[in-house]
This record gives sequence, C-alpha cells and structure tokens, in this order.
Amino acid sequence: MATVETAETAVAEESGVRRRDFINIAAVSFAGAGAVATVFPLVNQMNPSADVLALASVDVDVAAIDRGQAIKILWRKQPVFIRNLTEKEISEANAVDTATLRDPQTLAERTTVGKENWLITMGVCTHLGCVPLGAAEGENRGEFGGYFCPCHGSHYDTAARIRKGPAPRNLDVPEYEFLSDTVVKIG
Amino acid sequence: MSFPWAKQYTPTTEFGQWMDEKLPVPRLVYNSLGAGYPTPRNLNYMWNFGSLAGIFLVVQIVTGIILAMHYAANANIAFDSVEHIMRDVNSGWMIRYAHANGASFFFIAIYLHIGRGLFYGSYKAPREMIWLLGVVIYLLAMATAFMGYVLPWGQMSFWGAKVITGLFEAIPLVGKPIQELLLGGFAPDNAALNRFFSLHYLLPFVIAGVIIMHIWALHIPGSNNPTGVDVKGPQDTVPFHPYYTAKDGWTLGVALIFFSAMMFFLPNALGHADNYIPANPLSTPAHIVPEWYFWPWYAILRAFTFDFLFIPAKLLGVLAMFSAILVWFFLPWLDKSPVRSGLFRPKFKIFFGILVVDVLILGYCGGAPAEEPFVMISQLASAYYFAHFLIILPLLSRLEKPEPLPNSITESVTGKPLETAR
Amino acid sequence: MVRIIGILIGLFFSGWLLVSFGRGAVEYATNPPVKPVEYSFHEEPKDVSFSSDGPLGKFDRQQLQRGFQGYKEVCAACHSIRLVAFRNLEEIGYNEDEVKAIAANWAIGVPDADPNTGEMTTRPGLPADKFPKPFANDIAAGAANNNAIPPDLSLMTKAREGGAPYVYSLLTGYTDPPANLPEANRPGPGLHYNPYFANLNLAMAPPLAVDDQVSYSDGTKASIDQMAEDVSAFLIWTAEPKLEERHQAGWAVLAFLLIATILAYLSYRTIWADVKAEKKKKSAEA
Repeated sequence: MATVETAETAVAEESGVRRRDFINIAAVSFAGAGAVATVFPLVNQMNPSADVLALASVDVDVAAIDRGQAIKILWRKQPVFIRNLTEKEISEANAVDTATLRDPQTLAERTTVGKENWLITMGVCTHLGCVPLGAAEGENRGEFGGYFCPCHGSHYDTAARIRKGPAPRNLDVPEYEFLSDTVVKIG
Repeated sequence: MSFPWAKQYTPTTEFGQWMDEKLPVPRLVYNSLGAGYPTPRNLNYMWNFGSLAGIFLVVQIVTGIILAMHYAANANIAFDSVEHIMRDVNSGWMIRYAHANGASFFFIAIYLHIGRGLFYGSYKAPREMIWLLGVVIYLLAMATAFMGYVLPWGQMSFWGAKVITGLFEAIPLVGKPIQELLLGGFAPDNAALNRFFSLHYLLPFVIAGVIIMHIWALHIPGSNNPTGVDVKGPQDTVPFHPYYTAKDGWTLGVALIFFSAMMFFLPNALGHADNYIPANPLSTPAHIVPEWYFWPWYAILRAFTFDFLFIPAKLLGVLAMFSAILVWFFLPWLDKSPVRSGLFRPKFKIFFGILVVDVLILGYCGGAPAEEPFVMISQLASAYYFAHFLIILPLLSRLEKPEPLPNSITESVTGKPLETAR
Repeated sequence: MVRIIGILIGLFFSGWLLVSFGRGAVEYATNPPVKPVEYSFHEEPKDVSFSSDGPLGKFDRQQLQRGFQGYKEVCAACHSIRLVAFRNLEEIGYNEDEVKAIAANWAIGVPDADPNTGEMTTRPGLPADKFPKPFANDIAAGAANNNAIPPDLSLMTKAREGGAPYVYSLLTGYTDPPANLPEANRPGPGLHYNPYFANLNLAMAPPLAVDDQVSYSDGTKASIDQMAEDVSAFLIWTAEPKLEERHQAGWAVLAFLLIATILAYLSYRTIWADVKAEKKKKSAEA
C-alpha cells in the first residue's frame, strides 16, 4: 500500500504537506472513539456505589405508632417524620382553604389513598435545612399544631404545610409505599 | 536549541495567535513533541519506551486520583476500603486492577528505556543531565511504588514496610531515631500509613515535573540514535510529528493489548496472595518479598551475609543496595569511551549481554526465599553487577578497540553519503 | 578520578561478595542445609477445575447456591464472610424476597444499638447488611476454638497460593498421618494432619466428614467431593464477584484494541512509506 517515492524526494519537503490519508483519519478516529468510551467508567465511578444504593430505601415498621404520635427515622442520612394523625388533626388540615397557602396542597395530595392518617414528610425545614421541632413528645409544635422550626421561626400545620415564617415550601413528602398495614417502605 | 532546519510553529487561527502572544504553550508542544522537533530518522523500537512510560504514568495518575476518592487511609479500615472499591464502587474493580497492574507496566517500560540508554550510550556527553534526571525519576518512582503497595494494608504491605523501614535501623547511631521519625512510631501503623498516602499522592506530580526537565534537557542536544553518530544535516532527521507520533501510537496499541490482557484476565498474577490477608503485626508471612520490580535490589540486599570488620552485614547490605542504584549517577564518568553506541563496541556488547542476564538472575533470586542456593547465586550475581559498572566499564573504555563508525545517520540508513542525498 | 574511586568501591563490594560466597560455599559443602520435613510430606493442590476458570470462565449459579448452602450449614458457625453483603446473594440467583428472608433468618444477628436503651445488642439482618461475624473479635474466636482463629473466608481463594484448588484439596485432604512421619511433625492435641496444609497439621477438624452433610435442594448428590467443590466455587465468587463482568469487558477491550492497533499500524506504514523507501536493501536480500 506504500507507494514508493523516488529516492530524491527530500523528506523535509514531503512532511511539509500534511498527508490526509484516509487511514490516518480512520486510525485517529477509532482510537479517539475508544478514548471517549474509556471516559465513561472513569466518571461513572463517582455515581453512588452499590452499598449506598442499597440504603436508598428503608422499610419501617409503624405498628407501634399510635394516633397522635410521631417518630423520627433516618433515611439517606436525613431525618424523616412519620406521624399518625388524629381525626382532629385531619379535619383541621382539610378545613384550610388551599388558596391562602404559600405552597397550595391538600392533605390528600400529601398522603396515600387508604392511609390518610399517615403523614410521612422529610424532617428538614425547606428554608435553610434545620430539623423542625414537633415530632417528639413535648416539643413545641408551633402556632398551627404541626411542626415548628426554631432557627428562623417557620410554622407548619397539621399537614406539615408552611403557614408562617420564611420557609418557601411545605415539608417535602418522600416517595413511599405501604408494603402492608404496618410496614412502609420509604425511598 | 534544536536544529536550524526545524519547522517553525505558525499559528493558523486567531485564537492560536492570541495564545502564542500571551502563553505560548502550543508552540512549546509543537517544538518538543510536534512537527517542530527534528528527530533522527533511524530510531528503532527501543526508542518507544520513553513515551510509553510517560503514558503509563498518566494512567497511574488518573486511576490513582479516582481510587483516592474512595480509599480510606486509616489502618482500621484501609483494607476494607479497597474491598469496597472492588465490590461496590461502579467499575471500581477495573480501576483498582488498572492501577495495580499499571505500576508493573510503568516499570517494564522504564527498565527497557534504561536498557536502551545503557546499550546505546545515551548517558554519554552531551546527554549526561538527561541521564541524571532519569535516575532521579527512577528513584522517585520506586519510592512512590513502595508507598503505594503499603496502602491496601495487607500482610505484604505491612511486612514490606516493616522490612524496608527497618533497614534504617542499620545506620549507626542515628538509625533508630531516623526510623522512628519516618514511621511516626515504632512500627508501621496509622501514622506511617497516613503519611505514605499523602506522599504517594504527591510524588507522581514531582515525577511529572522532573520528566518535563528530562525532556527539556533532551531537546538541547536532541535525541540519540542507534548508531550513536551525531545528527549532521536535515537528511538525518524527520519531524517527530507525524513520524514518531504514529510509531509511538501503534506500539502504544500493542502495549495496551498486553496491559489489558493482564488487567482483565490475570489481574493478580504479578501480585502476592498474602496481600489479600489483612495486616497482622503478630503473624509474619513465610516469605516476605516486595513487588517484582524491586527483586534485583532485594537480592543484592540479602546477598551480604557476613560482617566486614566493624560493619554489620545488615548495614553492608543496605549500603550495597543503595550503591547499586547510585552507581548509575556516575556512569557518564565511569564509561568514558568516545564511542557512544554498543553496536560499534564488540566487547562492550558482550559485557552488556552478561549484565542483562545477571540482572535477570538477581531478579529471580530476589523473589525466591532467602535460602541456598539462592543466596550463593545472589552473591556471585551481585559481585558481577558491581564489577560491571565499577571495574569493567572504566577499563573497557581504555582497552577496547571499537569498530569504525558510519559517517552519518543517512549513510548508515541509505548507503549514500549525506552530501549527495538530496 | 571518578574511575579510580569507582574501581576501589567495586573491588570492595565484589571482593567481599566473593569472599562471602566462598565462605557460604564451604559451609554448604560441609554442612548442607536440611530441608524442613514439611517439604517432603507437603502436597501440591489437587487437579480440579471450576466453571469460572480461564479467560472464558463463567459462574455456575446452581453450584454457587449449593456452595452457599454448604457455607451456611457447615462453615458459617466459625468462619465469617464479612466483606459480602446479603444483597450480593441476588447475584447468584436468589430473588429479593429470598434475600430478605435469608438476611432476617440468619443465625447470627447484626450488632446494633437498641433503639430505646442504646445498649449494644443484635437485630435481624437486612439485605443491606454485611454477613455478621460469628465471633465478636479475635479473642472470642480464639477462646472458642482452642486458640486458633478461624480466618474470614471472603477472600480465601485469592489469599492463598493455589487458590480454589487449594481450598478444595484442603477440605478433601484430611488423612491419617503416614507411618514414616517424624514424631515432631505428628499432630498434637487439637491438631489434624492434612498434607495440603503448609505446616502439615492444622487446628480445623475435618469440616466435611460424611456424605450428605448438606441436603441439596436441587437433588445433587452431596458427596464430600461435591460439597467441597461447591463450597470452593462459592468462595471463588465471594472473592471475585465481578469475575464475569471482568472477562466480558476484557474481551470487548481486546477486540477494540486489536482493530485500533491494526489501523494505527497501517497509518504508521503510510506515513513512513517514503522514508523507508530510501533505506538500502539489507545485503542478504541484495
């Protein structure tokens, strides 16, 4: 495939002209494609590893939580409030006109069908991330009977919706699913 | 520096022009590795190992930085963190095996590169500085590899560290205090592991810096060539790019094939099973050996079995081991033959061949248990090693009768004299 | 000057080495070193192959499950596999529910603080947990096993020369000490003779003593040989769970590199064609 040039051809002159032979382009492109493919695992290694993903969801047994009680659990290294709402708390939540809310949502939108008494929310204030009070016995539940964040005074109601204070959104509701009447899988 | 007929860099784009005025990096690359570096036309494949070593250094740095994202340098969890990488981190097993085997391939390339230098007289004037910087790179690479092997905190990691740091004790008077300073304790433990991790991360970048100087120093006289005859005219050279970039490129492919075959199918072949056992200070492995690239030096260390007057054997071994490498620093002044290349030095060629065999024998003994007959063989092989560099080479440059050199590179390649070649 | 000093140093090192060699050679000739007895009685691992051997090796998941059963019923009482998580069992063919059940019903609980009192206690395992250790620490392990500490098995096939064949040989290699075994090498109290073990006598009693010690659910005859082979294969997996991915990736990479290298070589020949054409013919071809 190498065309034999005459011996007189000076090497220096020859290389002045870049030889755009197809084979050169093919070789560089093929190698380049390989280099690009190699980058993928080198970057993907930064994605969550298998042991982190294994803890991406947690099963919680809620049988011991009576009406009116709540617990705090750790999920993905963050607190989650699991509250068993009383009938009074549910009717209080439903009585509110959502148009007046900063982040309009009904209680039904924040719970699952058939389990409307179970309010499962992140225990992270949507303002700047403190853990609000109200989940444990005796803690200040704020002016609206839900949760109260002492850092900057955000008040959440019985459906954990923001009513007063600087927080922009209601407490986030994580993905969850009841595997049975007493076990809920979060995440 | 370089040759007057070297092609000049001319930026073709506006951005290229702007860069050239503000920070002429493209020009630097062009002149050092690009079309602006005239290189002898007759380089053989032994000249490929420099760039190959450089590429394996890049592989080590990239895989190393990634491993450092997941590794924990604490004696209690180091071993488990490496297993976490192998089992849970996405592609972690691949990156770990690449790093472990990459070290071996880095040293294979370095040894072949050094061998090229020894045979073709690349250490001789005017290239002494390149050679000295190269020996510095080699020492830094050995330090880096030694510390890296400690990090997984397996049995060999711990006991290898114990043996090598234990060597410092052999230094009279100040030995033990120095050892404790280096270890931060009385034996390899958390303090040593943490500082080894820090230095293991640092040294490769120091190596990279020295490599830049190594290449800079190279560009002053330009590359050596198999005949050892100086470049005399433009006919003797070709521009590095595309001629040697293409040549280095395809041999890189070959090297990567071997590397991938090791990495994916025989990833633990060059390692030691004992390093998959967590470090146990109470239990010594049956045979403590370092990684294969240290074996020749290990053999020299263990070859000294008798005290000499007031010098204990252990100290002799340490002095000899370090001398065996330090002797390379003096090579340009030990071997003063005016003929550069071994191709034209028939006696030198023979002794070089013996040296290669000798180093291979030393390597084999270094990996073997410290028992007979390996100790006796090591003693003979080490004796030859020192004799070669310190006695034979200096005498050879006086006594040998070299063959006639070709008039020019072009003449040796084409058969036609340089002047009429155009 | 350098050369003179060099020659002197060289004479010193080489000289002393030759003297040492001489003295060593005399010693070797007059007092040849005696090879330890172990050398003559020690046996190399038996010839056994596994489906995962070689560059085309793959796991046999049925075998791995049998091996896991063997580990669970025979080995787990003393040997941990603390680097393996229950969830990893999905890789050898168990589904999510089976894994949950295995984890929850594992004989040893996972150490954790009591959520109410804070006292350290144990709880049932979850898939995300690693296999809990049978002994809290080395001291407890030694106390329960006549001062011998049963090693963790997660990496055993990579941590021993001979790998899985060595493990298999050890498990099937227990035998009575031969008549000509010197007194000093006979198994003392609490030790058992096994020629596949480097020191000939080990503290572990034969774990597989009779056939059908494990009742395999897939109907495979559980001979000692079979159980040993299955457990060894299982331990290959615990040590190298990524073996199959590694082989697959390897073939893909080699295939790519082969093509890339060929293309690169052709490109090299094209670029060098004119320069190489100027080379004189070697005299042999002329």
